[in-house]
Amino acid sequence: MSEERERKTDGRRSWLDDPKTVRKIVLALFVLCGVLFFADGFYEKHSHFGVEDVFGFYALYGFVMCVVLVIGAKLMRAFLMRGEDYYDRDR
Amino acid sequence: MTAIASINPGLILILGALPIPLLPQAIRRLYLLALPALGFAAVYQLEPGTLVTMEAFGMTLELLQVDRLSLVWGYIFNIAAFLGFLFAWHDRDAVQQISAMIYAGAAIAAVFAGDLVTLFIYWELTGISSVFLIWASRTDAAYRCGMRYLLIQVSSGVILLSGTVAWYMLTGSIDFTHIGVDSLAGKLILLAFGIKCAFPLLHNWLQDSYPEATVTGTVILSAFTTKLAVYALARGFAGTEVLIYIGAVMAIFPVFYALIENDLRRLLAYALNNQLGFMVVGVGVGTELALNGTAAQAFSHILYKGLLFMTMGAVLFRTGTCKASELGGLFKSMPWTAGFCIIGAASMAFPLFAGFVSKSMIITAVAVEHHSMIWGALLFASVGVFLTCGLKLPYFTFFGQDSGHRVKEAPWNMLAAMGLTAFLCVFIGCYPAVLYDILPYPVDYKPYTSYHVIQQLQIMMFTALAFVILLTFRIFPTDSKSTNLDSDWFYRKAGPWAAKRLLGALGAMGKSIESALTQATTNTITVIKRHHGPEGMMAKTLHLSSMVVWVVAFLAFILLMDFVRGL
Repeated sequence: MSEERERKTDGRRSWLDDPKTVRKIVLALFVLCGVLFFADGFYEKHSHFGVEDVFGFYALYGFVMCVVLVIGAKLMRAFLMRGEDYYDRDR
Repeated sequence: MTAIASINPGLILILGALPIPLLPQAIRRLYLLALPALGFAAVYQLEPGTLVTMEAFGMTLELLQVDRLSLVWGYIFNIAAFLGFLFAWHDRDAVQQISAMIYAGAAIAAVFAGDLVTLFIYWELTGISSVFLIWASRTDAAYRCGMRYLLIQVSSGVILLSGTVAWYMLTGSIDFTHIGVDSLAGKLILLAFGIKCAFPLLHNWLQDSYPEATVTGTVILSAFTTKLAVYALARGFAGTEVLIYIGAVMAIFPVFYALIENDLRRLLAYALNNQLGFMVVGVGVGTELALNGTAAQAFSHILYKGLLFMTMGAVLFRTGTCKASELGGLFKSMPWTAGFCIIGAASMAFPLFAGFVSKSMIITAVAVEHHSMIWGALLFASVGVFLTCGLKLPYFTFFGQDSGHRVKEAPWNMLAAMGLTAFLCVFIGCYPAVLYDILPYPVDYKPYTSYHVIQQLQIMMFTALAFVILLTFRIFPTDSKSTNLDSDWFYRKAGPWAAKRLLGALGAMGKSIESALTQATTNTITVIKRHHGPEGMMAKTLHLSSMVVWVVAFLAFILLMDFVRGL
């Protein structure tokens, strides 16, 4: 299987194909998110709404909304997804 | 006033398009780039406040009206046309070249139209000229799609015309100033603008047609029609409250569709729809900050959305597909395109890129007016659009599962167009003053405060974090070959189905009416035949004696009546 894959990609591997690199990138993302989250304690907020003063509000909002969006979209698929040729079938 | 300062700059492109087929290919390419450059120069030397009028049919047509609002669109439309033609440098199809040039010219001319009748003419011209960019795909699907597109675009124009007539009856003027939704005329004109602006439920022509156009056609299409509609809304309906809610819905629902869409150009069309939502909210809020935000957002949006459409166009050009399920791992073959795609994605929201300095103006304007729900909705929408365009699109195209495509990097002209657009995105992000200086109102807004930058980075990076986690746990929707039902289902499935049923029912009804009539006629003939036919009673020859009996009986009856009356 992996040989076939190797042939399919004609052996051109890049540093991004290495699982180690991917792991490093993900780790970097986690660290960055942590830093950004705790950065909230170190500057003055000019908020318009009370909710903005919650510690790490924007971080939490971004994360939660992203999950809500993905789950919502997956549920939508159950109702809205049709075959690729849906509109051509009657022709 | 010099001669060039008194003509509508759009006409340079429209009239300039006519000799295109006569020029040899080598000259033609330069000519195609020269026209928008000339157009830009013509816009640049226009003075706000210029007004050129003409009397016709007892009305005053304002062929050229310049103010700071129209200038923003004048600049960016010419830039977009230049970048679009650079991207299409390799293309030798004269039909596309002429129609794209007329289309861009009509959009520019419409922006500088000072009255509703002139606006209507250019409004229709954008629709009619642009359909050729869809038909130029020369497939059956594109032909049918173009027909749907044309029908909707022309309808928008017809509604605009009826609104204009009603507005003229009401006010006695065709001047294109603030209109508002209080009158029927205002509602009609809003509907016409709303169709082109892809309001919810009026939106589906956009996602239907843009992915069917040619590689270069979609890039051109993405810049003009919808942003022209945003301009028209900003001029006619600034501060109309209902637009805030329409815009919020518009910003939210397309991201759900974008997330499950497999055709990446259609994904971009949904994301475009979402970005228009931000601008419509800005128009609805209607404060100086909000309208500045709308204009700035239109400007940078044309650039970064154009850039994203260019990268997908380049992918389609090289691999022959634009479906997420058939792509992946392309960064090895097309590293430059991948890089430009990432810049386009970052330009939507990241600090130091164009979208950050413009979109945040609209969100701030909403917050300043204390529309808390709308503010939350717009934040949600920016999370959504970053997730779909900024993460899903580059990941599934250039990274992720390797699809095995081993293609050449995009041609030099595409790279040049993408590079130039990417440069502009970064330039505006780093030097927002350049953009802020041309906005309609004086700008008192600082995008780069620590609060803004950190909150934006928090949103974006945590969205990325959620993306990675959802992807790892296989919760993120996989790309699968599919069609997702949207409002076009009503006119592509339900409508034809209902029409077929209705015609069938009418046919059956017609048949039964016909047979009932035949039956009735036959019955009448039978009755007549029975009484008047050869054997019928009325056709009998009677004996003289019986005749006499009847006459006597009749006379007796009269006598009796006379007697009764005399009593």
